Amino acid sequence: MNVAYPNLITLRKLLVISCVMFGFGYALVPFYKKICEVTGINNVVKADTVENTQVDAARFVTIEFDSNVRGNLPWTFRPLQVQMRIHPGELNTVMYEIGNPTNHAITAQAIPSYGPQLAARYFRKLECFCFTQQTLAPGAVKQMPVVFVIDRELPQDVNTITLSYSFFEIEGSAKKDG
Amino acid sequence: MEAVTTHDHAHGHDEHAHHPAGIMRWITTTNHKDIGTLYLIFSLTMFFIGGLLAMGIRAELFQPGLQYWRPEFFNQLTTMHGLIMVFGAIMPAFVGFANWQIPMMIGAPDMAFARMNNWSFWLLPPAALLLVSSFFVPGGAPAAGWTIYAPLSTQMGPDMDLGIFALHIMGASSIMGSINIVTTILNMRAPGMTLMKMPLFVWTWLITAYLLIAVMPVLAGAITMVLTDRHFGTNFFNAAGGGDPVMFQHIFWFFGHPEVYIMILPAFGIVSQVIPAFARKPLFGYASMVYATSSIAILSFIVWAHHMFATGMPAAGQLFFMYATMLIAVPTGVKVFNWIATMWKGSMTFETPMLFACGFIFVFTIGGFTGLILAIAPVDIQAQDTYYVVAHFHYVLVAGSLFAIFAGTYFWLPKWTGHMYDEALGKWHFWLSIIFFNITFFPMHFLGLAGMPRRVPDYALQFADFNMIASIGALGFGLSQLLFVACVIKCAKGGAAAPAKPWEGADTLEWTLPSPAPYHSFETPPVVK
Repeated sequence: MNVAYPNLITLRKLLVISCVMFGFGYALVPFYKKICEVTGINNVVKADTVENTQVDAARFVTIEFDSNVRGNLPWTFRPLQVQMRIHPGELNTVMYEIGNPTNHAITAQAIPSYGPQLAARYFRKLECFCFTQQTLAPGAVKQMPVVFVIDRELPQDVNTITLSYSFFEIEGSAKKDG
Repeated sequence: MEAVTTHDHAHGHDEHAHHPAGIMRWITTTNHKDIGTLYLIFSLTMFFIGGLLAMGIRAELFQPGLQYWRPEFFNQLTTMHGLIMVFGAIMPAFVGFANWQIPMMIGAPDMAFARMNNWSFWLLPPAALLLVSSFFVPGGAPAAGWTIYAPLSTQMGPDMDLGIFALHIMGASSIMGSINIVTTILNMRAPGMTLMKMPLFVWTWLITAYLLIAVMPVLAGAITMVLTDRHFGTNFFNAAGGGDPVMFQHIFWFFGHPEVYIMILPAFGIVSQVIPAFARKPLFGYASMVYATSSIAILSFIVWAHHMFATGMPAAGQLFFMYATMLIAVPTGVKVFNWIATMWKGSMTFETPMLFACGFIFVFTIGGFTGLILAIAPVDIQAQDTYYVVAHFHYVLVAGSLFAIFAGTYFWLPKWTGHMYDEALGKWHFWLSIIFFNITFFPMHFLGLAGMPRRVPDYALQFADFNMIASIGALGFGLSQLLFVACVIKCAKGGAAAPAKPWEGADTLEWTLPSPAPYHSFETPPVVK
């Protein structure tokens, strides 16, 4: 019997394991997304629902609005209002404006973030331009609302929340559309 | 197959002149001893390159303010120091030990796949060249830290591509090496050597090789994703395209945590050979050592997110990873206590290998305890990315892995070269190393607790004194390593002839061979009773 034969079988098995583990690395990607979805982490760009709309009129919270464009995205982007003073539980609307001063259409995606980070899960967005990608024709200007409710469970020591959006260009959209 | 007669394996049929001489001998060699030597020389070279970068880091941190480097170059120094030490020095050194020792310790004539063995070594020098040459491309070497976190790594210059390719090649080399080791251990043991009779060094390497086969492909996947994000428009880690940079950390540390055990388990194996030899007692709790090593390996797969406590995990996740991490202290403790129990009432002598092994236990245990402290999620959020973490992992990696490599080198040098090393020089090397090591890294605990962040070229004035002490220690530690080179070269060139078994208490198969070990050993397998 060829002595090397059992070695070749072991070699084959171990090669299969390493290929499977290479695939496993990629399988972690959808797995990770699913975990985030199930546990509700990271659902920043999905619409929230609000059941209890009782307003806590005894309490004021200041909401500050911030806007950024990232990388080489040549857009203008600003909130029409820098801050507002609201009650938890109240339904509020703030307008943001984006403009595309270039001569070609560009698609971009906004990602929200919150300060303090803790406030994120009490900030319920019912409507937001960040739920979808935005495409602007050359020279277009667009005003977009964000409708939100601050959960009444917001910890007492949080009196100011900053809502900050960053617009990221979707790679290749300028070439494709322009 | 079991009916092999007892065989005098010390017959002096060595040095066939079959192999080519000169440089071609080394390029074309398929001999496990030659390849082991190549691995060890390669890793020693990389150790000094990485050490030189460390000197650059400590020179800059000698005083507050910017003295020598631009901050960008400082980041390159820390990144390349980490990458070179992990992938170029520590890992290949252990593979070198595996090549030299495993066939001799299990009574096999050579590794299972001798040609693949040659290839897995010769992939390393080009990979190292690729990595080091990234210093010379526009923008300089990778500077995202050895963990090459996205989004930094997805946005850097062409250096990152060189780094990624180097890692791919080194990973392929590791996987091939591991396949070779597993196959050799599983299929080529001498008759009578059951798994539970294998020397512990062989056991730890068997488990390490499985870990490597399981996680190196995951690293390959992660850096391939970085590569496609950089050049082919995928969005694995790009937030704008729906990706998530934190996911890189999850995938990286799924590789990264087993990786740290890949760098320590063979060290455990070496220490488990050295201590019984110099305590002149068999290893205490052999079976529990095997089970402890296996448990550490299995647990290593479920603790990765303790590197990421500060990324904003839910409390339940933090608790899980915190407790799972602490659980690892149990099998590790079993090992440490077993080593101490082996020494208990032994007739100990303290030659250089034993000194390094005792130094290993002492300093590695300190590193283990700081690891336990960092495993506590609320403490970790405070100490995350400070010099406390730097102190911790240098205690386990330098004083752990590196000291075990020194112990193993001194232990087996007589077998490899046929000469005894210079004991006085070896002892100087040990004492200078352990003293300067502690001068370098002990103050870093205080710096970290006081809030000095890692990977930053400048620091606040109150950190100046401890940094100066650490820098002086680092210079001393670096220079002490020249003694090691001197000692090894001296031993390779000559010295007192080594007997077949220079250490009284050593009892594994390699000591039944003459010193130096013949070019071909155990062509007829020995019988283990």
